[in-house]
Amino acid sequence: MVAAMPTASRRRPGIAVRARRLGRAAFLYGAMVVALVVILAPFAWLLISSVAAPVDLLARPLRWIPAHIEFDRFAALTVGSSPDDSAQSFRAALVNSSIIASSVTLLSMAVGTLAAYAFARLRFPGRSWLILAFMATYMLPPIALILPLYQIMSALHLRDTPLALIIIYASFVTPFVIWIMRGYIETISSELDDAARVDGCSRLAVLVRVIVPVAAPGLVSTALLAFLMAWDEFLYALIITQTNASKTLPVAINDFIGRHGVDFGLLATGGVIAALPPVIIAFVFQRYIVAGLTAGSVKG
Amino acid sequence: MSQGIRTRTPVIGQTRVRKPWPESWVAAAFIAPAALVILLVVVVPLARAAWMSLFDISLVRPGDEPFVGLGNYIEQLTSADFWAATWRALWFTVVSTALELGLGLALALLMDQPLRFRWLLRTLVILPWALPTIVNALMWRWIDNAEYGALNALLTQVGILHSYQVWLSNSDLAMWMVILADVWKMTPLVAILLLAGLQSVSPELVEAAKVDGASTIQAFRHVLLPLIMPVILIVLVLRTMEAFKVFDIVWIMTGGGPANATQTIAIYAYQTAYQGYDFGRGAALGYLIALVIMVLAAIYLRLLGRLGRA
Repeated sequence: MVAAMPTASRRRPGIAVRARRLGRAAFLYGAMVVALVVILAPFAWLLISSVAAPVDLLARPLRWIPAHIEFDRFAALTVGSSPDDSAQSFRAALVNSSIIASSVTLLSMAVGTLAAYAFARLRFPGRSWLILAFMATYMLPPIALILPLYQIMSALHLRDTPLALIIIYASFVTPFVIWIMRGYIETISSELDDAARVDGCSRLAVLVRVIVPVAAPGLVSTALLAFLMAWDEFLYALIITQTNASKTLPVAINDFIGRHGVDFGLLATGGVIAALPPVIIAFVFQRYIVAGLTAGSVKG
Repeated sequence: MSQGIRTRTPVIGQTRVRKPWPESWVAAAFIAPAALVILLVVVVPLARAAWMSLFDISLVRPGDEPFVGLGNYIEQLTSADFWAATWRALWFTVVSTALELGLGLALALLMDQPLRFRWLLRTLVILPWALPTIVNALMWRWIDNAEYGALNALLTQVGILHSYQVWLSNSDLAMWMVILADVWKMTPLVAILLLAGLQSVSPELVEAAKVDGASTIQAFRHVLLPLIMPVILIVLVLRTMEAFKVFDIVWIMTGGGPANATQTIAIYAYQTAYQGYDFGRGAALGYLIALVIMVLAAIYLRLLGRLGRA
């Protein structure tokens, strides 16, 4: 009894502290649950809408868990035989978006990394204002460029071609690549360059054989963000594309809304398919994406 | 390495000794491809847009394009529609950026706490940002649907609403619904960037403040907040720039309606040029928007420069 006394008296304030800690933990875990629900609920509803039978979507009161699940719309928009007009445009847009986003990524990464190396390593007059000029073009709003681009692309007979969008997208993705890759290259010790130079490598060989392998994680981050930027673009595509020859997914979805304004199931299915590539990329390569995002705006 | 030098030293007497290019030539060659793309797609169109903005070009009167000097600019700057659209864009910008920053900071602080399962939040938080803007707009358009939307169903089922509401077709609510959709998508990005800022602050600094008797809130206000202020400012300017030129999400959710209630400046410019077939005025509008963005960009680059030096 005597020995237990001090323990008991020590425990009494301990309970108050523990209660406060418990309250704090309850608050934080509660906030986490709320955050998760807010993040996931709209997604869940989009997914449910994409597979729910139309009757379930139009039920009142709304059935949150659909009574019938069907994948017909997914099949119709992707692999099903005898697609109707909308399905055909959607499939064409899927192909166009993939081609355009991949080409823009390759082109911008090649051209941008080359320039980024020059900005990071070489001394030349006008270096600092030139990189600012590149950044300024990256920030220009599309609405300021779109009218002349529309006329120029028409005059060159490039309107309604994937090539036109590839060139236009490269103009805002490339400065972004330069900005981020310059940052990455500057973190690499220039002693590596010097060693290779002494061994007789040209600047280009240094870039390809030394810098690129070392900067590989940075290249991956940047390339993924470049792909997502191109996949997401809407305003230029809305103006430059006319037919299935070049329409991208955002434009196809915009058309969908015009054509099937009330077929919410089909719209949801199209939305899910269009969202799959970027969402999977962001999920699988999360570490790279976050690194690229923070490098672009935080570290500079 | 010395072996490398020996084997690569130019041999005297050979007819040609390969001299390396001067550094600025190499730089010019490396930058040329990128510069070419920018020149063709940005500089040339920009110059052409400046020229176009000085004429009254209407596609409904081909061949008749009188020179009007700064007439298009003066007309816009004195037009009530222009200012209404500008104020709408500013309203959208201020409200959505403030909400994204506030909620993003709260979310970042939450993700920085040593909680079990925080990896789950850190993993899933990126998803709204990754959803393409158009799909996000489509999704919220469906959620906000007046007759079959999930928002009405949820709010009536939990008893907040007694009857279904009209959201996107209500000119008092439409802008708020667009803001909600934008905040849902962009808050995670703000949180990710701020979390990176928080993680760069050494935890000992906060601990030290607490040992000195500071409360959690005081430690946040006087230690953590000043340290991440540069990141906050950068996020603020970046979001402001993006928000002011907002087009996609508005276009898909409301098309600028109802009764122009969500017609932001970019929507107004697009409608002037492509629905009014008025390229001269459209080009002038494009320049006016670019002017605002460039002022913001100058602030942003300044901040980045200061941060880089610090």
